[in-house]
Amino acid sequence: MKNDPVVKAVSDLLIPPILLFGLYVQFHGDFGPGGGFQAGVIIAVAIILHALVHGLPATRSRIPDHFLRITMAAGVILYVGVGFSGILAGGEFLNYSVLADDPLTGQHIGVLLIELGVGCTVASVLIMLFYQFAGRKGQR
Amino acid sequence: MTLLVATAIALVKLPGLFSAVMLTGIYSLLSAALFVLLDAVDVAFTEAAVGAGITTVLMLGTLSLLGVSTSDHEPIQMQPIPLIVVVITGAALIFATQDMPAFGDPDAPAHRHVAPRYLNESATEVGLPNVVTSVLASYRGYDTLGEVAVIFTAGVGVMLLLGRRRRAPRGDQDEK
Repeated sequence: MKNDPVVKAVSDLLIPPILLFGLYVQFHGDFGPGGGFQAGVIIAVAIILHALVHGLPATRSRIPDHFLRITMAAGVILYVGVGFSGILAGGEFLNYSVLADDPLTGQHIGVLLIELGVGCTVASVLIMLFYQFAGRKGQR
Repeated sequence: MTLLVATAIALVKLPGLFSAVMLTGIYSLLSAALFVLLDAVDVAFTEAAVGAGITTVLMLGTLSLLGVSTSDHEPIQMQPIPLIVVVITGAALIFATQDMPAFGDPDAPAHRHVAPRYLNESATEVGLPNVVTSVLASYRGYDTLGEVAVIFTAGVGVMLLLGRRRRAPRGDQDEK
């Protein structure tokens, strides 16, 4: 499949819209179906498609492992950080209402940020899973 | 529903693992369609993306990793004890569904505890049009945090288990 020009062209055409759709799901999750988890999965799918078509080394050189390791942890830290910033702003852990002057705006900011954290972690964990599974084959 | 059952039966009957993985993908897609019919769009979204997409790819990756060919499948002998256990468990579960409230019953316990508050107040308390998101991210923020932690832990675990050989291939050879 790696050498099929049709597959290559079509998936190269599809990957940017998939990524864009992932971002749309990420940031539109407050208004429509979706959210961080789904968006992370969709972004991971785009990267995995790239790896399937262009081969794992090509993708791995573009998105290296250490970068994924950082984003994996960064998502969780962002989530917990939003939780603690609620405490610092004078509320409870994960209370977003105190993040802004208007409780609704605070809730919105909080939800957006934690969804970003979720998406970050989910996408990088899934890409990492694929890297580990697919990358092991070449070792033997 | 009928298609789901048909896919499940075909899944059990199929000899090859490769086609079984493909059928699990189809099964996920069908259940996603069922969730859409039940107006659970968010769940359907997740099911379609994770169940039909990622899981299938990962299963195929595992298959190629293990080098399982699609043909070396021995016919399984009928084993009576597992069959009896499965039948009894299934019967107990079906018996238990008798106590469940009717589908869509507004007086069901699930609709009386916190759900009315979520549905009625989330517009003024959280202000997001999608109630599912406001429940997941705001009311149940702790649970979602736990979920993210679980995913993170799973990723770290896989990295530790599978990524080790890549980092220290020379050490392994020395030991052998």
